Amino acid sequence: MNSSKINRIKDNAFKYFGIACTVFGLAMLAIFLGNIIIEGIARIDWAFITNFPSRNPDKAGILPALVGTLWIMGLTAVIAIPLGIAAGIYLEEYGKKSKLATLLEINISNLAGVPSIIYGLLGLEIFGRIMGMGGSLLAGASTLSLLILPIIIVSTREALKAVPSSIKEASFAMGASKWQTVWHQLLPASFGGVITGIILALSRAVGETAPLIVIGALAYVPFVPASPTDEFSVLPIQIFNWISRPQKGFAINAASAIIILLMVTFIMNGIAMYLRNRWQKKVKW
Amino acid sequence: MKKTILNLAIILSATLLISSCGNGKESGETTTSDSTKISGDIKIDGSSTVYPITEAVAEDFKASFPDVKVTVGLSGTGGGFKKFGRGEIDINDASRSIKSTEDSLCKANNIGHIELKVAFDGLAVVINPGNTWCNDITVAELKKIWEPEAQGKIKTWNQIRPEWPKEEIHLFGAGVESGTYDYFTEAIVGKSHSSRGDYTASEDDNVLVQGISTDKLALGFFGIAYFEANKDKLKVIPVDDLKDDNGKGPILPSIETVKNKTYTPLGRPLFIYVNSTAAAKKEVQTFVDFYLTNGGALSQEVGYIAMTDEEYKAEKLKFDEFVKSLAK
Repeated sequence: MNSSKINRIKDNAFKYFGIACTVFGLAMLAIFLGNIIIEGIARIDWAFITNFPSRNPDKAGILPALVGTLWIMGLTAVIAIPLGIAAGIYLEEYGKKSKLATLLEINISNLAGVPSIIYGLLGLEIFGRIMGMGGSLLAGASTLSLLILPIIIVSTREALKAVPSSIKEASFAMGASKWQTVWHQLLPASFGGVITGIILALSRAVGETAPLIVIGALAYVPFVPASPTDEFSVLPIQIFNWISRPQKGFAINAASAIIILLMVTFIMNGIAMYLRNRWQKKVKW
Repeated sequence: MKKTILNLAIILSATLLISSCGNGKESGETTTSDSTKISGDIKIDGSSTVYPITEAVAEDFKASFPDVKVTVGLSGTGGGFKKFGRGEIDINDASRSIKSTEDSLCKANNIGHIELKVAFDGLAVVINPGNTWCNDITVAELKKIWEPEAQGKIKTWNQIRPEWPKEEIHLFGAGVESGTYDYFTEAIVGKSHSSRGDYTASEDDNVLVQGISTDKLALGFFGIAYFEANKDKLKVIPVDDLKDDNGKGPILPSIETVKNKTYTPLGRPLFIYVNSTAAAKKEVQTFVDFYLTNGGALSQEVGYIAMTDEEYKAEKLKFDEFVKSLAK
């Protein structure tokens, strides 16, 4: 056997290995989704969405948790997106390459890997206690913002890096200031990458339970939160609570709530993808 | 003879009826006159074991007193006591008594409190239905299995009782953060929060149910409600505390045996702790009263075991005295 033949076999083997890996991941997802949908889809009706939690699994609903999740998503986006993008721009375009900058860079990457419960403890102390927000929506959203900031910062920087340097240089050559270059050239061109990072980050925030339980998010909330200072519950907490109950009815409720949570995430991703596509059409050089 | 008994029965039931009417009227009056006036927030947190009872009480309370916002969290007994000790919550659900460290935190922040029993729970010791050899177990044997010294040593069933087979024993139990773990270790090992570490631990009892129901060599413990909901997949074993004064021989956990306290030491009370500042407020008093009036029926409904009526009355009296002492 000559070496080119061996290489071809190796090549093929790797290809099938790759296919197997992909199929494995997809199959697991399909089994999980199928399982959840079979168990939970029948339970979803309007009352399930508009009812408050109850000891009776057939009467229980997710209204406060669903509204809480939407609040948390909105507030987290409002806090984290501007901070994250601004920090990304600073680090990529303005920050001097110094030892301090390298240190910052390493730390931001590390922060992305810190277990979420640690952020919960930090949030409880800083937002909940020192800043006096207690267990409010604002405290929860601030904590989750910290949690997803590193992801947004890193993806913003990657997206900015991906813009061809010829664009940047051309802009400077035309006499544009740094700010004009960032605002009119770099940001629009990197918008697709930035928004992908934001989607990933927000999707992670929506699924978090541990840090919110630590800061004092509740499981039984008999009212719909109406302002950022209200106490709240979120869907993952409701799901976690139901899944750990002994009665079978609550397990079905949990499956139904998971479907709703998935739908919320899908809708959010859909909007972001629509924005990205529309934007990319507009960017022309 | 028959007639006297009949008469007696009539008199008895009449008195009962009258007295219960009297009670009903009393509480009815307070409801109608106060329900429109009472408002405020009541913050509750703590044990996820007690949570279903408190949730049920809060749900019914809301129907009678719509202006009182009762919120319930589930940070766990310990997590709840940390918040309770800082005065951040009004009531803490607890599946064990307060620890001295938690009590000193309360004292440091000038927080008085009262412990009220609200229901019972039985910890069931369960095995796989495929296990044919184990039909009962003693507290001493459980201790031998679970104590810290057993780690890495007690590995097979025949080490516990020689007639049992020489097969591995696989242990399942509550996670160390839970009040259930604290209670079990206190009752079995004799020291709270102390056990071997090489067992499958989960805060989610359904995970333990899953594990034990698929493993013939398993032994584990969790609340009786989880056994009741999964009877077909599990086998519960009677426990003998080797003391004859509270029921002889191995005893199965049931409503009866937990209520009459013969299922010892694994029948446990569940508590709420009320902050003294909160207890001075009308809405909290009304809520606690409502809890102790309806908590029995509601706890049965969500899978726990009610105390006797006398016990609820005694807890109410205890709370009333506490409120009176605050007024002074």
